[in-house]
Amino acid sequence: MSDTATAPATGEPIIRIENVSKIFGGTVKAVDEVNLEVQRGEFFALLGPSGCGKTTLLRMLAGFEVPTHGQVIIDGHDMSTVAPNKRPINMVFQSYAVFPHMSVEQNVAYGLKMDRCPAKEIRERVAEALDLVKLGSLGKRMPDEMSGGQRQRVALARALVKRPSVLLLDEPLSALDAKLREAMQLELVRLQKTVGITFVIVTHDQSEALSMADRIAVMNAGTVQQVAAPTTLYEAPANRFVADFIGKINMIEGDAMKAGEGEVTVTAPGIGEVTLAGSETGKVALAVRPEKIFVADNEPADPNVIKVKGKVGEVAYFGSYSNVFFDIGLAQPLQADISNVTTDVEEITFTAGEEYWVYWRKADTLVLSG
Amino acid sequence: MSIFKRNPDPIGPLDYSRRFSLRFTVGLTLFFLYAPIVGLIVFSFNDSRRNVVWRGFTTDYYVKLFNNDALMLAFGNSLTIALFTTLFSTVLGALTAYVLWRYRFPGKAIYEGGMAMPIVIPEICMGVAMMVFFARIGWPSGMIWPFNLSAITIAHIAFSFPFAAIVIRARLESFNPELAECARDLGASEFQVFRDVVIPHMKPGLIAGALLAFTLSLDDFVITFFTSGPDTVTFPVKIYSMVRFSVTPEVNAASTVLILLTLVVTAFALRMQNRNNMLGSSGH
Amino acid sequence: MENWKRSAQAFFAAFTPPTFWLVAFFIVPLSLIWLYSFSMKTGVTDITLNWNLHQYARALEPLYLGIFWKSILMAAATTAICLVVAFPVAIAIVFSKPTMRMWLLLLVILPFWTNLLIRTYALIAVLRTNGFINGGLGWLVEKGDWLLSLVGLGDNTIIGPFEPLSLLYNNTAVVFGLVYVSLPFMVLPLYAALDRLDRSYLEASLDLGAGHFRTFFSIVVPLALPGIASGIVITFIPAMGSYLTPDLLGGTDSQMIANVIADQFKQANNWPFGAALSFLLMYATFFALAVRAVLMRKEGRGDVK
Repeated sequence: MSDTATAPATGEPIIRIENVSKIFGGTVKAVDEVNLEVQRGEFFALLGPSGCGKTTLLRMLAGFEVPTHGQVIIDGHDMSTVAPNKRPINMVFQSYAVFPHMSVEQNVAYGLKMDRCPAKEIRERVAEALDLVKLGSLGKRMPDEMSGGQRQRVALARALVKRPSVLLLDEPLSALDAKLREAMQLELVRLQKTVGITFVIVTHDQSEALSMADRIAVMNAGTVQQVAAPTTLYEAPANRFVADFIGKINMIEGDAMKAGEGEVTVTAPGIGEVTLAGSETGKVALAVRPEKIFVADNEPADPNVIKVKGKVGEVAYFGSYSNVFFDIGLAQPLQADISNVTTDVEEITFTAGEEYWVYWRKADTLVLSG
Repeated sequence: MSIFKRNPDPIGPLDYSRRFSLRFTVGLTLFFLYAPIVGLIVFSFNDSRRNVVWRGFTTDYYVKLFNNDALMLAFGNSLTIALFTTLFSTVLGALTAYVLWRYRFPGKAIYEGGMAMPIVIPEICMGVAMMVFFARIGWPSGMIWPFNLSAITIAHIAFSFPFAAIVIRARLESFNPELAECARDLGASEFQVFRDVVIPHMKPGLIAGALLAFTLSLDDFVITFFTSGPDTVTFPVKIYSMVRFSVTPEVNAASTVLILLTLVVTAFALRMQNRNNMLGSSGH
Repeated sequence: MENWKRSAQAFFAAFTPPTFWLVAFFIVPLSLIWLYSFSMKTGVTDITLNWNLHQYARALEPLYLGIFWKSILMAAATTAICLVVAFPVAIAIVFSKPTMRMWLLLLVILPFWTNLLIRTYALIAVLRTNGFINGGLGWLVEKGDWLLSLVGLGDNTIIGPFEPLSLLYNNTAVVFGLVYVSLPFMVLPLYAALDRLDRSYLEASLDLGAGHFRTFFSIVVPLALPGIASGIVITFIPAMGSYLTPDLLGGTDSQMIANVIADQFKQANNWPFGAALSFLLMYATFFALAVRAVLMRKEGRGDVK
């Protein structure tokens, strides 16, 4: 399933995960035969619902879990069984894990002391790292005198000061409030570009992953569903799970038959037969994003669209667009995000029961299996 | 339990409980804790007075035990004292817990400290204080059974009920005060609320507190030792005098009986406590 | 919680019985020996309260000061051994699977519920001259000698004959017994402290390059310090005041302060002096408790999430 064609960086990947499985207690398969490559210098996200195995995978990279099978290769060396304190990798914990009995400076210096750096070098590097995360003046503070956001910066500085080849971040923004979270997203991206270190972040929040990462691996039930750049994930999801997990999407069940090279003919109730680009055959879903759907009073003449008659059901007004559900005679209504491009209230108002032609371009239709 | 079954999953850095060195330490510690007790129980069935080499199984010493009138009297005394102690300690403990849980009053911190005193001061101090107290006020001795046990029982209640109060108060902490307010709103008097709403909620705590008081009373040696007279010997005091004398299978048998009794009561208490916790979490 | 004045009647109904009991059968007896500690023995049974510190002065004589010091040393040794043994046990329990953890905790607590006298008696059977340890060693020597006789070195030419070790009735036996009965006191607070400890602190330390020992001493110990202090205090207090263990396992020179107190009330029949010793022991206990309270308050402050 993995799709590495869109990798932006070049050269030997910094992380190679080969056939890695983690089975807890002999029965619980947390991670199932995962193959993954992370390129040097990229901002990589592991995205998935809770319990999908993303955190276990991250913990195997950090060394807190040992894979049941497979290899974790970091910078060309097999690290599968190497202890966490012997890896060129550092981590920012979900709870930050800033040592409460040490000052900010002592926290940041801790890792360097373990490496037996000379005192002078420690002082310089700690100051540099604190400046990097904009905590230059708070070195003497104790963690319980700081806000959650500040403590996270301490955790970042503490990990970055060791100049790891990879920085792991476990749900770094989940404990912050909404406003701080957005600011921190930008900050993390800026930081990553500044230091040039490979970041691997675990998150369950798709908007976080989409806005920050160069590439995203979507995981479900211990397996990797798709690895791709954010735009590819959204516009060309590899399967139903990815399409459904990322953003909103309409799916209409149908059957597909091969029609020609790279083309399939899909038969679906309410729509009839359409021939589309795709290769999946058998039971499939015709999928279309709500914002790609148009509405017209009269039947559209364009032959390159899929069109159905729909009756307006529930309507939710969001200012810039309206989210309208159309009953098209199937079990699932079709939802459309209609852009409110005029100021004519009459025109942008949908009333339940009204009938419209609902249509979208064949090119915007995805044929998904799985 | 997977102590011996091989776990195919590799040992992670924080799987301390799966490291051999730690398992070995735990095993050794448990052996240290249990081997003497197990040895004691096993050799109560040993068909030899020498008590160190196994000579075959016998229950003779239990038969002897039950035919030993002095020991049986001591056992009866212990049970009687424990029973009265349990009754009084549970009531007094429940009242203490209720007062501390329900009311604000001046000097409450000092009052709480005073209630904790019997728990924290060395047993010997309490023992001698009780001895002096009963001697000084001229507590009548030589009364008929069971009144001759009153001094010991009073002393046992004095150190048991603060323990019971702690257990019962812990239970009360999970009480939702809105339930009492609701009952008041529906027309119940203060006493009716206590009887119909608070007591039913306290029940698991009351049982746990009662069992705790029972074992404390049954197990106590030091304080009893200083308050008992020649005609008011309890089971532990009797065992003590036998132990001083020598190590014999009779003592082993007597000890085994007491261990068994405490084990049953403890198991019962733990079950209550489990249910206690379950109710506590769902009642929130 | 409400003010007692709002329902004074109900308050007093609940307040009076336990308060009466505590005052009449605990505070009064203690006050009585407190008064005795300022009294003089003026006859075989006559005691006169004269409010002087004579008894306390006597308690500070080298003989009794020595016994106090010995009690403190024995309790300290017991506490130290318990700490060293209990720490790995507590770690193993904390990092076990939940069901296993419950069983292990139960196994550690259970001896606690077994009669102290019986546990001490069980140790006598282990340690005495013809007890389990000596019996086991004697057997080993006998068999070893038999093995050596196969190569012509038998009949105790190299080892034996076995002389039973005197394991009982000395200070070592008392410390051994105190460790035996106190161990659960130490395991439980350590377990509680380690259980509260956020595991990601340990992971962060390992992640930053510290080994397990460094992590233990620079992260686990400082963060579990209140729990460690609590364990030390609640092991130390009962050990210092213990009566039964030195009485049954100790020799003539292993008397601890509680045995001396008991002596004053039983054989020596000098109640005022025994009372003074009791109160000194109690003051020492309160001091230890105060130390614990201060350290616990520290924990409340340092506990950040």
